[in-house]
Formats: sequence, structure tokens, C-alpha cells
Amino acid sequence: MRKDVINTKDLEQHHLDSLDAYIDTLDKSRKEESLIPTLYKAQNLFGYLPHNLQWYIAQKLNLPSAHVNGVVSFYSFFSEKPLGKYTVSVCMGTACFVKGADKVLDRILKKTQTEPNEMSEDGKFTVKDVRCIGACGLAPVVTVNEKVYGNISAQQMEEIISQYQEEDND
Amino acid sequence: MKLIDKMINLKINDMEITVEKGTTVLDAAKKVGIDIPTLCHLDLHELGAVNQSANCRVCVVENEDRGNLVPACAEKVTEGMKIQTDTKKAVMGRRTSLELLLSNHPKDCLTCVKNLDCELQTMANKMNISEIHFTGEMMDHPIDISSGAIMKDPNKCIMCRRCTTMCDDMQTVGVLSPLKRGFDVVVATAFHLDLGETSCTYCGQCVSVCPTAALAELPQTANVWRRINNKDRHTVVQVAPAVRVALGEMFGYEPGEISTGKIVSALKRLGFDAVFDTNFGADLTIVEEATELINRIENNKPLPMLTSCCPAWVQFIEQQFPELLDVPSSCKSPQSMVGALSKTYYAENKGIDPKKVRMVSVMPCVAKKAEAAREELNEQGQKDVDYVITTRELARMIKEAAIDFRSLPDEPFDDILGESTGAASIFGATGGVIEAATRTAYEMMTGKELKNVDFKQMRGMEGIRETSVEINGTTLRIGIAHELRNARKLLEDIRDGNSHFDAIEIMACPGGCIGGGGQPFHHGRTDVLDKRRQALYAMDTTKKRRKSHENAMVQKLYESYLGQPGSQKAHQLLHTTYSAKARI
Repeated sequence: MRKDVINTKDLEQHHLDSLDAYIDTLDKSRKEESLIPTLYKAQNLFGYLPHNLQWYIAQKLNLPSAHVNGVVSFYSFFSEKPLGKYTVSVCMGTACFVKGADKVLDRILKKTQTEPNEMSEDGKFTVKDVRCIGACGLAPVVTVNEKVYGNISAQQMEEIISQYQEEDND
Repeated sequence: MKLIDKMINLKINDMEITVEKGTTVLDAAKKVGIDIPTLCHLDLHELGAVNQSANCRVCVVENEDRGNLVPACAEKVTEGMKIQTDTKKAVMGRRTSLELLLSNHPKDCLTCVKNLDCELQTMANKMNISEIHFTGEMMDHPIDISSGAIMKDPNKCIMCRRCTTMCDDMQTVGVLSPLKRGFDVVVATAFHLDLGETSCTYCGQCVSVCPTAALAELPQTANVWRRINNKDRHTVVQVAPAVRVALGEMFGYEPGEISTGKIVSALKRLGFDAVFDTNFGADLTIVEEATELINRIENNKPLPMLTSCCPAWVQFIEQQFPELLDVPSSCKSPQSMVGALSKTYYAENKGIDPKKVRMVSVMPCVAKKAEAAREELNEQGQKDVDYVITTRELARMIKEAAIDFRSLPDEPFDDILGESTGAASIFGATGGVIEAATRTAYEMMTGKELKNVDFKQMRGMEGIRETSVEINGTTLRIGIAHELRNARKLLEDIRDGNSHFDAIEIMACPGGCIGGGGQPFHHGRTDVLDKRRQALYAMDTTKKRRKSHENAMVQKLYESYLGQPGSQKAHQLLHTTYSAKARI
């Protein structure tokens, strides 16, 4: 709904201030090139990119909202929904896929009891199927936040997920 | 030496050819008379929009040395290149691409709004497609009619990107963008908002280039038939200036054929109770607008004054330049003026209950549909205009009614909203409104007769034109822009204090209303627009009266009903307000 998109009241002001300060450092004549770094910054601050935040960025960079939304929905790194504490990204590039990434993904989804790109009920995990992350030599590859797990099997991945679940219960 | 450096030698179908560096294979082939089929490609470089996305792959040709297929529309020529355009590999490549597009396209051609005017259908016919060898998942997106002007059916989209090229490059509005990726890609609004909730101006330039019916005008013909057939209603109609130089194209006439009399005749046969001329409203607009301009100049009120006839332009300024809302003229558009008068002046004159009058207008424009729905544009709860149909829709109604358009006699518009001057004729071309206003402002300011009414410096197809006219020792500085990218430049200069004009005319579409989103499809032929434009200027010269204030019916309207131009009653019926809207 339009009114929800143009209402930014629920966005935390101190994060918006940080984002504004960041945008002020950018070269204004190169607004198109500034978009991806700005979105990266915003996702780091807010955790994800809700529609009203995308609209806010569009206004700030003087870009049409459709362009911003086009970029956000193109890259699997960007999320329009809240992310769990751990973002588990399963590479579905060709090399990973032929080495059984789909089975790894299925096991992770089962273990975390989630749907792809949806946050788990306890807020701990968001499992994503992503395009090639450029580490084909390690296929199949899974990342958990910044940590990379290569040559992984479904069984090994289930154990890794268990560790994250337990660690969190401490 | 330099010239040689810039030239490239290549062979196309074994024919040697030399072309400039940077030429595409497609354009090089044209030079030797080879017509490579294209679908997504659209070259409107004269109008500032070239779609070269190479998405559809229908134009693939074989690069002999490399043995691969390349898209001719985007592949640049290289020295010694050898291209074959019709090898088995190339032809099969095209067929496969087209069949894949068709495999994910609805097959409801018979009832589609673009039937027989669809470029995908034409291409399937041209390529002799009789079977589609692929079946698979089909797109399933909701149809969006929220704007009341444009019907968006993403299921018919072939991802050609022509619409985004027009919206981004020609209009700088950017309402549409491809969202997501891979099979999930859909050309959509930000956050999948309804089109009616976005900053769409409804200019319809996307509609005018969409090869299929993914973007089309929201048809109103069924509603219009219902009104005509309701004998308890007095249903009247008006026709805009640019319609009469374009409608003929839908009946086999050359672009620029003037068919005013036949259009009136056709509308009477369709069953309208009276046929009025939007040009009457144009003359009236000029009298009100010139009065407003002189008032603003003499009383040091905000300048420049911007014309307000173009509804897409009004939407644009409300959303993109909300800080400049004191500059547009408060005059309603000619469409709305004629609408308001049909339910007051005309109804009273005829002794008809205004509540029973229904106004239909025939416009070259898609945005007029949305204009008619604006809350500001009504009089005591009665909408100024009830239904708007485009030039294309009128042609469809005429065909539906089995009227032989070409053999129709010429008939005149009806009193008391049917007379017009040459000044009104040129409203449909970029620069025409301001030229008409200058003719009237000159005589109003000087009290003297203007001998030469042709202000040729205001005409043409250049995107931004600046000129000035001396009136009574005062220099009237005039700016003209068509296409919203040019309007944006003019407005940014005004906002930043970098330019000083007294009056500005802006039209959203290329060439003005003659290139409107509701006109017969030009299919990339920009000469069509020029022929329509020239026809309007030709009409002007054949009129006995060429200044709006000399329109006898307009004079009678003031004498018997409105009083003076700019009077309180004129303001009540003929003027409007604008409001700022958030940009999406």
C-alpha cells in the first residue's frame, strides 16, 4: 500500500541519521553508482530493507523507487524481509547444484523448520538459496553469515546447524 | 585519414559494405536492403529513446567466422566481419526464440485488445509459426486496472523493455522496472504497488510502444455504448484537436489526413445526442489563460505561467516538483472546460436536467482518462467528463457499428460548443498552445490588430525551444518543451533560478498530443508524427478566424453567461487547483 511505503515513522531514527551521514559522503553526481553501497550500508544498519526504507533511499538519492526495488529484488544478498540471527545461504550455482546443493538445502530447511527466504519462528535462521557465490572449487558451498563451509554434505550441514542451535541456547 | 579510421568494411550475405564505426549489424544490413526481423528493438532516436536491450533474440544472425549467433540489433560491426542473415542456423535460432516467447504467452488473440495490431502476432505470422514445440510453466500475475487509464497485464509481457526505456529515458519518471530475476522476472512498479498508487503520469508512452497488450489503455467503449443506448440520458461527445489528423490512419488513410467532418458524422451515427468540439474549449482556454497571464504580469504575481492542458504534465509537476505548484495556470484543460459547460451552460440553454447529461470525450491521450477522474474536476457533484475514449477506441467503435468511415459525408459540430478558430487547431502540436496564447495576449495587451499570426519560431520538434516576443514594449520570454525529460530540465532551471521565462508550454508526449499515448500506433515511424503535426498547421491556415478571442461562440458564452474573462463565474467553472503528491 502506498501509505505504508511513504511512512517512515517506524524506522529507527539513529539508524536513519547514520544512513544520512553515509549518503552525504557520496558523490552526488554519481547517484546510480551510489545505490548498491547505500543499500549495503542500510541493510547492515537495519538488518533488512523494508519497502519504506527502500523508498526513503530512493528519495535521498533522487532515484525512482522502482529502480531501487529492482536492484534489491535482483540481488539475493539483499533482503526485503527481516533476517534471522544467522543467514544460511546455500549456493545453487551450477557447480554446487550438480554436487548436490539441493539436498543440502532440503536438509537445512528441515532442520531449521523454515521455508526458503522466511525467518524461522524463533528468529534464529533465515535460509536462502542463492546464485553462484564464486567459490565453485569448494562446491557445494554454504555460508552462515560471514563464515564459509565448503565441500559440505547434507549430514555435515545438519550437524553444523545443530551447533548453532545449541550455541544459542547457552 | 580520420574518415578512413572511422569506416568499417564487412560482408553481409557475401555483399561487401562499408559503414561507420559503431553501426549495428541491423543498420548495416538495412543499407544493402536486407531487412532483419526485430521484435524488442525500437529506434526512436529522434525522440530520445532507443531500446536496444537485445532481449528477444528474434534478430539473431550468424557470424560466419565465429560460427555463432549474434543479435543484429545490438552487435556492432567489426573490420572483416562476415555475417549471414538467413542461414538455417540463424532462421532456426529466431524461430526457437520466438516459440519460447510464445510458449509463455496467452493465446487469447481473438479477444485481445491488440488483435491485428500486435507485433508479437505479426512476427509469429511472418515466421510462419504453426506450432509451438515447447510447453512449460506460464506466468501468472494479476492484471492491474487501478489507474483507470492504463491496463497492465504482465502475463502478456515479453520483457522487451520498451516501456522502461520510454518511462526512464524519454519521460524520466521511472515508474516501471524489472523486478526479481530469471523466470520470476516481471516488469512492475516499485514494491508491486498498484499503478494508480505510483508516480505514473499516465502519459501512455509505454502503451504506444508496447509490442503486445501487456500495456494498453483501459477500454471504456462498453460503458460508452451503455450511455449512448440509455435514452433517459442526454449523452454528448467532444473531440480533441489531434484526433482528427490521426483517426484516418485506422481506416487506411495516410498519416496527416484531416477527417474532422467524417468524425462528426460517425459520432452522430453512433448515437450521440450532440457532438461538440474540444477546440471550442481550446479557444476558451486561451482567452482565460491569456487573461491570467496578463494579470500575473501586471500585478507582479508568480511567473512564469505554465500551461495546464496536458494532464500527464500536471501529474508530473504535482509529484516531481511540488515546490513549483504556483506556476501552472489555474485553467482547466479544454476537455474539462467543455465538460463543465455541457452540464451548465449547454444544459440550461437546452432546458435539459444537468444530472441527465453525460459527457464522453475522444482524446489522443491515455492520461485524459485519469484527468476525468480527478476530484477537483467537477461541478456540484457532477463530473466534468464522464468517460474518455482514445482515438484508437473510437476507431474500434466505428468498426463495431459497421460504419463505412471512408464513405461518410462531412458534417459540422453542434451549437453552442462547436465553433473553433485556427488557434485551437494547433493545440495538438508542441508549441501550438503558446502560439495561440501569444496571438490573443498580443491583442489583449495592445488593443491593436495582430497582422501576422504565424509565430514560426515556436514551431518544430526540438525538445526545448526558447524565444521571445515584443508586445507593447514588454518582452514576453517564452519556453516550450515536449517530452517530460525536457520539461524536467526547464523546471530544474526555474527552481534553481537559472532561467527566467514569462510563459512556458509543456506537453508530455513527443510532438505534443499528435504523439499521444491514445493515438494509432506509429510502430516506430516518427515521420507519422510529423505528418500529423503539419496537418494541424495546415488546418490553422484554412480557418477564417485564427485568434481564439474571435471565436463567435466563445464571445457569446461570455456575453450571455460568464461575463468577463476571468470573472467569478469563469473561475468557478473553468479553473482548478493542484496539490502536492509524494513521489514513489
